[in-house]
Amino acid sequence: MTVNATAPSTRKSGSLFLTLVRFRELSIIIFILLLIVLVAIDTPTFLTVENFRNILLNISILIIVALGQMMVIITRGIDLSVSATIGLVAMMVSFTVVAFPGISPVVALLLGMLLGAILGSLNGVIITAGKVPPIIATLGTLSIYRGMVFLYSGGTWINSFEMPDSYRALAKAAPLGVPNIILFAIAVAIIIYIFLNYTRPGRDIYAVGSNPDAANVAGIPVQRTLFMVYLISGMLAGLAAVLWASRFESAQTNTALGFELQTVAASVVGGVNIFGGSGTVIGVILGAFLLGTIDYALILVQISPFWQLAGQGLLILIAVIVDSAIRRRLQRLGGTGEL
Amino acid sequence: MSEQNPMMQMRDISKSFGGVHALNHVQMEVYAGEVHALLGENGAGKSTLIKTMTGVYQPDSGEIYLHGELIRFAGPRDAQQHGIGAIYQEPSLFPDLDIAENIMAGRQPMRNGRIDWRSMHREARNVLQQLGVGLDPRIKARNLSVAQQQTVEIARALSLNAKLLIMDEPTSSLTLTEVEELFRIIRQLRDTGTAIIFISHRLEELFAVADRVTILRDGQYVGTREMSGVQTEDLIQMMVGRQIDELFPKQEAAIGETLLEVADLTVSGKFENVTFSLRAGEILGLAGLIGAGRTDVARSLFGIQPAQSGTIKVNGHAVTIRSPQQAMELGLGFVPEDRQHHGLVLPMSIADNITLPILPRYATAGWVREQETKRVAAAAAKKLEVKSAGITQKAKELSGGNQQKVVLAKWLETGPRILILDEPTRGIDVGTKAAVHQLMSDLASQGVAILMISSELPEILGMSDRILVMREGHITGEFMRAEATQEKLMAAATASATAVATAQGEEN
Repeated sequence: MTVNATAPSTRKSGSLFLTLVRFRELSIIIFILLLIVLVAIDTPTFLTVENFRNILLNISILIIVALGQMMVIITRGIDLSVSATIGLVAMMVSFTVVAFPGISPVVALLLGMLLGAILGSLNGVIITAGKVPPIIATLGTLSIYRGMVFLYSGGTWINSFEMPDSYRALAKAAPLGVPNIILFAIAVAIIIYIFLNYTRPGRDIYAVGSNPDAANVAGIPVQRTLFMVYLISGMLAGLAAVLWASRFESAQTNTALGFELQTVAASVVGGVNIFGGSGTVIGVILGAFLLGTIDYALILVQISPFWQLAGQGLLILIAVIVDSAIRRRLQRLGGTGEL
Repeated sequence: MSEQNPMMQMRDISKSFGGVHALNHVQMEVYAGEVHALLGENGAGKSTLIKTMTGVYQPDSGEIYLHGELIRFAGPRDAQQHGIGAIYQEPSLFPDLDIAENIMAGRQPMRNGRIDWRSMHREARNVLQQLGVGLDPRIKARNLSVAQQQTVEIARALSLNAKLLIMDEPTSSLTLTEVEELFRIIRQLRDTGTAIIFISHRLEELFAVADRVTILRDGQYVGTREMSGVQTEDLIQMMVGRQIDELFPKQEAAIGETLLEVADLTVSGKFENVTFSLRAGEILGLAGLIGAGRTDVARSLFGIQPAQSGTIKVNGHAVTIRSPQQAMELGLGFVPEDRQHHGLVLPMSIADNITLPILPRYATAGWVREQETKRVAAAAAKKLEVKSAGITQKAKELSGGNQQKVVLAKWLETGPRILILDEPTRGIDVGTKAAVHQLMSDLASQGVAILMISSELPEILGMSDRILVMREGHITGEFMRAEATQEKLMAAATASATAVATAQGEEN
């Protein structure tokens, strides 16, 4: 008899359940479709390419930042400073672009990513070298970075008319038929998908989050991996900052205020395990899409902004509760009980 | 034995921690193609010796020779690269990664700069097949049983070209069939020239699988013997340095009135229609294979997982137990199987652990009178001979046996009339085991009713007045002490188990 024969009865008793769990994304898709149908019944005009495109426009930045957030969460961490990073980088790059209107938007993008990476690596240093829990470290830098926005700008802001046309067009122009900002999100998603699934540093992220001790024993550079995810998260926030300033044609002291919670929400709703170890690019995209659809639908059916926030919050809670219920169920079905 | 010279030789190894000699001039030789057992009580120095072999510790003095060459391991990675693999009691896999990646973590095969998943799965499948195991390498580690996880760890060690495999209590949480399967793999590895160091507290396992045994006591080398030339009593004597006449010191206790009556207790999916009674002064053994539902019955009686139907009577009164608090008020105590997760708060001190369930007794308006709790805890720890640096020492720093004593002390302080013990001596050494058994016996003579769940048949047979056997959620046998034999119990525990296993095998 092989070990296989003594397999936990998991397979038998919960095979349908497990299939559903494995294709967690499927349940989000079902949820999204359900929502779309409900809204379409109320407002038949909802089902247009235009609306779909608007939703995608709205969630592109969210997807970019949430993918960085996902990598951090997979390592059992969290990056609360992404919103302040966006605010600070948007301000600095916008000031630079206004001061030197001739520079190429590509340079602006690269500058944004560089600044973001610097801010992110500061998180990484505090967390790895300083041994500060990620939630504390990034809560600290959240305030510091936001404070720096005021210091840097002196309380002023950059308006639409001050920005060069090339900069404003960066996010919205559609030379390939689809607005650039959506293409950026797609490109980031593809790169991260490949990174997470086909490179060793990418796989190390899952290993470190799944079992840090075992990762250490297996010779995986745990500290370096942790540093890297915060750097990448900051870099993606920096990229998002430039797109943000371009799309909304402004850089203000309160740019992206509270946005960190949306990135966490998109991750959690998208099935990223808040205790680390698992999460997929597809899941996060769907999570962001679900949030975007809800926001859009609530506006369309003319529900007050208060209910938008409450609806979003409710959704996050449902996602987390379902997540932990599944986890408990898995444990009882013969998993190791380890998270 | 293919080689004349030992594969690994440890000479005169000493290691101290802050003045305490963990190892004192210890020696050990391991040959290719042998299963070499390492035996000793907890605290005898087995773990320290293993950690010097795997590069976790550097010995203070002494030499390690690998294939005849003097060697010094810089760290665990270094030892791993020299072909030394270790498998521990609790598997340390990545639950979110699949089997293949667990085997190849950190060294996934690359192709054109990308991880080559296909060849990774192929290689993993090959290693598993070498072990004679038909596991699908795409299954996530999370979904594997402990036994399967250990198999994956063995596969990982093999794929790292391990020539010496150290197994530290690999059987402690396996079922009997799983142990047999592990032994098959061990024998197969031995026959292909791997050296295996095997640690277990179950002596019968050593007789089943080991060729030789090295015994340590209090950090000192006692001796090395051929397994074929020793008896259980010899091994015990070498381990403890004295004859343990009575490993199971069961005294006759006066059996009193019925304290607990359970009828048709059911938790669906776990167990069904469980009916039994328990009397004062009685030790009722609950035998069966792991997964038979014994722990679920205990958890249900203690209100952790309340029963869906059936009746429970305590002292003749029908009760419904919906929470542990309620169970404790009714005079029940429960020493859980997993002392690290359910029995102890590891970061807390011995004293705080012992007094945790009885704090309200020593509190005024919510404020704990610490002097009193300290005194109570100290007395309890002394009574059970908990070996520690003092009652303020943290529970996580204690050995397994001493942790178990703390858990027992904790529940005894609640003054239970009905005590449920789930695997009370799992993973603890012979000396402590005898002490725990003595304690159970004493409690029974004081009129405490004890329900003891155990997977070790000698313990069940040695300690119980009466024995119940469970299989797949049902009670399938009841035996009085005089009539019970290992064979009868096993028959009741496994009767149709083989058929079930076969059916599962086909399904996979």
